Amino acid sequence: MPATVTKENVQETIVEAIAKLGPDPSEITPDATFESLEIDSLDLVELAQVIEDEYGVAMKSEDASRLQTVQDAVDLVVERAS
Amino acid sequence: MREGCALVTGASRGIGAATALALAEDGWPVGVNFRSDSDGAERVVGRISASGGTAVPLPADVADPGAAEQLFGSLEERFGPVLVLVNNAGVRADGLAPQLGDDEWDLVLDTNLSAAFRLTRRALRRMVTTRFGRVVNVASVVGQRANPGQANYAASKAGLIGFTRTVAAEVARRGVTVNAVAPGFVETEMTNGLLERAVKEIPARRVGTPEEVAACVRFLASEEAGYVTGTTLTVDGGLSA
Repeated sequence: MPATVTKENVQETIVEAIAKLGPDPSEITPDATFESLEIDSLDLVELAQVIEDEYGVAMKSEDASRLQTVQDAVDLVVERAS
Repeated sequence: MREGCALVTGASRGIGAATALALAEDGWPVGVNFRSDSDGAERVVGRISASGGTAVPLPADVADPGAAEQLFGSLEERFGPVLVLVNNAGVRADGLAPQLGDDEWDLVLDTNLSAAFRLTRRALRRMVTTRFGRVVNVASVVGQRANPGQANYAASKAGLIGFTRTVAAEVARRGVTVNAVAPGFVETEMTNGLLERAVKEIPARRVGTPEEVAACVRFLASEEAGYVTGTTLTVDGGLSA
């Protein structure tokens, strides 16, 4: 059953998932870029898996390559899930 | 023992059956995939159960694009994530290249290569998040040296070896290894009738057994093989030495 989709809970899910990949939670702001957080392409694959499990939103490699910031990821999930 | 299971495709006989038995001995619950030989798959499951292991028969034609979801869904529900995947299912449709039909080309590439891709893609989703996984692709020495009459089979197996190397490099930092074995002449139903004239070319002067190939797969699937990735282990009695 996909989780309820609000901007807040999507953001919380994504920040939590990114934190598990290594960055300090305090650095994971909406404007932070994946590059600055040292999140690489394989990390994005993992993030995509969390998003698919939680919200039923499938992220393809072309989606992942367009994502620059944490906010981009949140916006994409909110848009696709609603 | 980790929570999870193993999936062996084409496991009703030959190398696949021997591999399923070997992985079960290592404690993995095993999905015994088969396309048509349900009696063979039941025999493998029976032997595993008789020796105290756990196994389930899983009918599916891996060349069907929907097979990956079907197989993984079923195993994940019962045993948790698939942490060992052995892409063994393979077919032959021999003929000299000028006479090979599109259907013979497609059948072999779909089953031997595209299915391995789809199953590996599905498996990696969980392996990467689990930080552990073992993918072993059953290639062939024919992917590394010529064998007239098998252009389609050779292309599929060479493709599998290239696929193995690149995927291994992609996921190595997550504790997931991807390797291949390349058997030479092995006594199975697939090679019936082909082996007598081949023996004199083999330095070991005999054909291999499915169990000898399975032992190599078992090693590559083990915890101990954690630093072995992207390689192809040739099992051919010295044929390509």
